[in-house]
Amino acid sequence: MIVADRKPFAEIMSMVEKYSKILVVGCGSCVTICMAGGEEEVKILASQLRIAFRKQGKNIEVQEAMALRQCDDEYMDDPVLIEKVRWADVVISMACGVGVQHATTFFNRIIEERPTRVVPALNTTFMGANLGAGEWEERCLGCGDCVLEKTGGICPITRCAKSLLNGPCGGSSNGICEVSKNTECAWHLIVERLNVLGELDRIKQVEPYKDWRPSHSGGMRKRVREDMRI
Amino acid sequence: MNQFEPEIVAFCCHYCALAAADTAGKMGIQFAPNVRVIRVLCTGKVEILHLMKALEAGADGVVVVGCKFGECYFKDGNYRAQKRVQRAQSLIEEAGLEKGRLRFDFVPGPGGKKFAEIMNTMTQQVRALGPNPLKQKQ
Repeated sequence: MIVADRKPFAEIMSMVEKYSKILVVGCGSCVTICMAGGEEEVKILASQLRIAFRKQGKNIEVQEAMALRQCDDEYMDDPVLIEKVRWADVVISMACGVGVQHATTFFNRIIEERPTRVVPALNTTFMGANLGAGEWEERCLGCGDCVLEKTGGICPITRCAKSLLNGPCGGSSNGICEVSKNTECAWHLIVERLNVLGELDRIKQVEPYKDWRPSHSGGMRKRVREDMRI
Repeated sequence: MNQFEPEIVAFCCHYCALAAADTAGKMGIQFAPNVRVIRVLCTGKVEILHLMKALEAGADGVVVVGCKFGECYFKDGNYRAQKRVQRAQSLIEEAGLEKGRLRFDFVPGPGGKKFAEIMNTMTQQVRALGPNPLKQKQ
């Protein structure tokens, strides 16, 4: 899932302090699971804003709303949500960067009478796994050319600081990466996994240069499934 | 000039703090009359939002009183409550309120005296901070 962190409160305040009607919209998917932009986080941010504005003596109205997925028209096309957006001077989106952009496009398409300003409340950080309560770790870089079959299901592109295809490098010490003592060496893990799988011979094969063209290096990516289009 | 009398909301665990409040009553121990007690089944049930909403609604201080660590009836509710109070403290501080308006403490069931001490010190602490600025601007 997509993992995100909430921006510092002062930064969010600086984005919205000149408006008098503020709508905080959460997203019910990834950022709810990583506890950054779900229903509870929306209520907490709205409460913080109300406290801060009232302390300053400003009469600012803050409302709350949720969309199950801000990255999908189908889940944004909710009359109650759209009515609240019409009311607001500014919309604080507590979705990932995808959600914020899609919300901007969607609301500006649906609401024609005036432009809708959507600002982000989160910093989108990575695609990762939930390792336990309150802990997430990056697992995929979205490189567009998956190599997990060759590496025992451990991604060297994401988890190796150098994204090496032929590792480990000299910076690996007792299974720990030289970049940080909290980072496991991905190639140490790969060798151990291949050994368990009885496929250790694989590391003798020298992998050629990675084709980075399907990655973001080739610019914004787009996927069209003609068979699914109506 | 009249002394400021703060309004304090106390979220009290049914199994310890509430029993301690009863014990204080039975022992005839007086404590600050500024406290409004809200009984909760476990302090682990108290969410960050409950604390913030109490302040938004004009409470001058909020205290969460649970069981001693290791003695929670539901195993780890008091640990959760302590972390949530700490988180809520940083959230209200960001928004411009003093973190001293929120407090977590613990007391065993027979601890009537300790319960009274917590409520008295919280009242003094909040009195020193002054009225909740949101109350004046409602």
